Amino acid sequence: MKRTVTLGALAVAGLTAAGAAGAATLDDVKARGTLNCGVATGLPGFAAPDANGVWQGFDVALCRAVAAAVLGDPMAVEFVPTTGQTRFTALASGEIDMLARNTTWTFSRDVDLKFEFVGVNYYDGQGFMIPKALGVSSAKELDGATVCIQTGTTTELNLADFFRVNNLSYEPVPIETNAEAQQQYLAGACDVYTTDASGLAATRATFEAPGDHVILPEIISKEPLGPLVRHGDSEWGDVVRWTLNALVAAEEYGVTSANIGELSTTAGDNPEINRLLGTEGELGAMLGLDAAWAKNAIMAGGNYAEVFEKNIGENTPIGLSRGLNAQWTEGGLLYAPPFR
Amino acid sequence: MATLTDPPEHGFRLGQLIYDTRYRSLTIQVVAMILLALMMSWLVSNTIQNLAALGKDINFGFLWQPSGYDINQRLISYDSQATHGRAAVVGILNTLLVALLGCILATILGVIAGVLRLSSNWIVSRLMAVYVEGFRNVPLLLWIILIFALLTESTPAPNAFRGDEPTSSMFLDAVAVTNRGVYIPALHFASPLSQNGAVTWGVILLVLALSIFAITRIKRWATATQEATGVRPATWHYTLGLLIVPVGALLVTMGAYLDLPALQGFNFAGGTHLRNSLIALWLALSLYTGAFIAEIVRGGILAISKGQSEAAFALGLRPSTTMNLVILPQALRVIIPPLISQYLNLTKNSSLAIAVGYMDARSTLGGITINQTGRELEGMLLLGLFYLVLSLIISAAMNIFNASVKLKER
Repeated sequence: MKRTVTLGALAVAGLTAAGAAGAATLDDVKARGTLNCGVATGLPGFAAPDANGVWQGFDVALCRAVAAAVLGDPMAVEFVPTTGQTRFTALASGEIDMLARNTTWTFSRDVDLKFEFVGVNYYDGQGFMIPKALGVSSAKELDGATVCIQTGTTTELNLADFFRVNNLSYEPVPIETNAEAQQQYLAGACDVYTTDASGLAATRATFEAPGDHVILPEIISKEPLGPLVRHGDSEWGDVVRWTLNALVAAEEYGVTSANIGELSTTAGDNPEINRLLGTEGELGAMLGLDAAWAKNAIMAGGNYAEVFEKNIGENTPIGLSRGLNAQWTEGGLLYAPPFR
Repeated sequence: MATLTDPPEHGFRLGQLIYDTRYRSLTIQVVAMILLALMMSWLVSNTIQNLAALGKDINFGFLWQPSGYDINQRLISYDSQATHGRAAVVGILNTLLVALLGCILATILGVIAGVLRLSSNWIVSRLMAVYVEGFRNVPLLLWIILIFALLTESTPAPNAFRGDEPTSSMFLDAVAVTNRGVYIPALHFASPLSQNGAVTWGVILLVLALSIFAITRIKRWATATQEATGVRPATWHYTLGLLIVPVGALLVTMGAYLDLPALQGFNFAGGTHLRNSLIALWLALSLYTGAFIAEIVRGGILAISKGQSEAAFALGLRPSTTMNLVILPQALRVIIPPLISQYLNLTKNSSLAIAVGYMDARSTLGGITINQTGRELEGMLLLGLFYLVLSLIISAAMNIFNASVKLKER
């Protein structure tokens, strides 16, 4: 009996590891014709299916951009919903090619868990949401509160640190998904819901009465959210990294989905745009993609600004301002390395 | 004809390994064993090789690193600075707690439902049939989530107890039923003698056990007297006295007092907090497994020959006495072996706890720890080992009990 159990566990590990060992993800994706992209199970604005069952959102847009760059078709994506607990196993086992699921870039995930964060697509921080009726104006007043928290996240660790450092007590209520957290919070089973501030805004936007809930001013952590791939496949990592950079650079250079057709037909005055769009140089071939890779990626959903405004910007119900996620030229942190 | 009885003239030939029935089974076993060993060594080497390709090793050192996360329900002291190993122990104790509570309640429910299902009262037996079929034919996970949702949606938030005219009030000022769980009074000790909670409770349980032992001796004496004289002496005042006086005296010496829950800040403070996750998991596991146990009990009772109850009735025993003294003791022999596997099922099913956020071993060691450290293989192996050892212990204990009730053949 004991031997059978060990055997089974090893079999599972052996099979999953066998999947991961095939290093050339780029070739796999091209051969398969679809990109397997891990996203959240449903977080409005970031990754959620719309009324027609088509996945929409800020993270989804990145998956579509990568699919467009590699395969030329932004719809050739197989979305794999993952929870906070299942996402890393899904990536490590090779079930998904990349993970774009509000995942915080941390040292141990990058180094110890053997993943490779290829960049940051949203600079976030952890916040607290609480019903206005409770009359709390600062996170320091949360002594004794019951806090809903998604289990298996960095927010869980930040929460423990914040309450310990400030010498406050609390009661954690561990929750698997954002939808469950929302239900528990609205039922009053917890006083406070804590996650990344962007996630709080996205969740609050779906409430019947968003005005009855406040997000407390304290941001208790740095949460650089970004896409990640498996460690040890740098070619594939480069593809995802530079697709993200292409979207950011496109905004900086003023390349939008509206003018990209015109800009990409002939080489223009700006050599950086020419290299980005493949009218000059061999950047696409260096990545193992065709020359129009960045053009396809940008046409999938527009440049970074367009993706942001369409999914989570100030004119959407989620209503996030650019803040830290503005271009470096406008006081933000977005800074794409040069395309040359 | 003589050739048939002649001994074989040749020695052992290789072909005999396949064609001779004396050796064939041995050959098959050896070949199967070799194949099994080859497969195992392939699995192990494949795992190690692929882990190496990923740059991972097998290392249990994470168990001694600080965990960094908090656990709401903990039976031993624990905070986010404690190690992953301690977090695993906290989870294991939570698993044991819900499994123990579940086994007790499931047995009670199962025996009652199983007996009542055989009742001659049509409504009672139909009701029990509905219970059994309803619970055992719907997946356990749905029951857990349903009961949890009922508990959180139908009960008031702590806020409802606040203000001059609260919409909810505490039961007898001592029990508060909220959508975060039930707050009940807790027994605390003021005396300096009882600094260590575990020791105090141990002493109390020891005294209680001694009292119960004394009570069984008194009962035996009463039975002996009854058999000798035909009159059973009254013993209830001894029993009651033995049950109350020693423990009561001990509690007074220890300075026991009731700590009542009271609304303070966001939540109730003081008392004992039975979280909804625990209650929902406990009820769902008990009701679900109870339905299976009911069928086992019913089967056990039906296995007892009708002549037994007819004989008991002929002696003038009432139906309840017949059931308790004649039928059930014999039915136990049939009931206990399948009951063991129900206890094992219940214990293993408790790993569904994460659905309602109950922090059992699966949620701590097999959930958060794996996620924070990336040690999937190690965590799952440890978790598998824990459930294996636990199941074997339960199984062994129940087998000992089974040996004590089974038919003694002399």
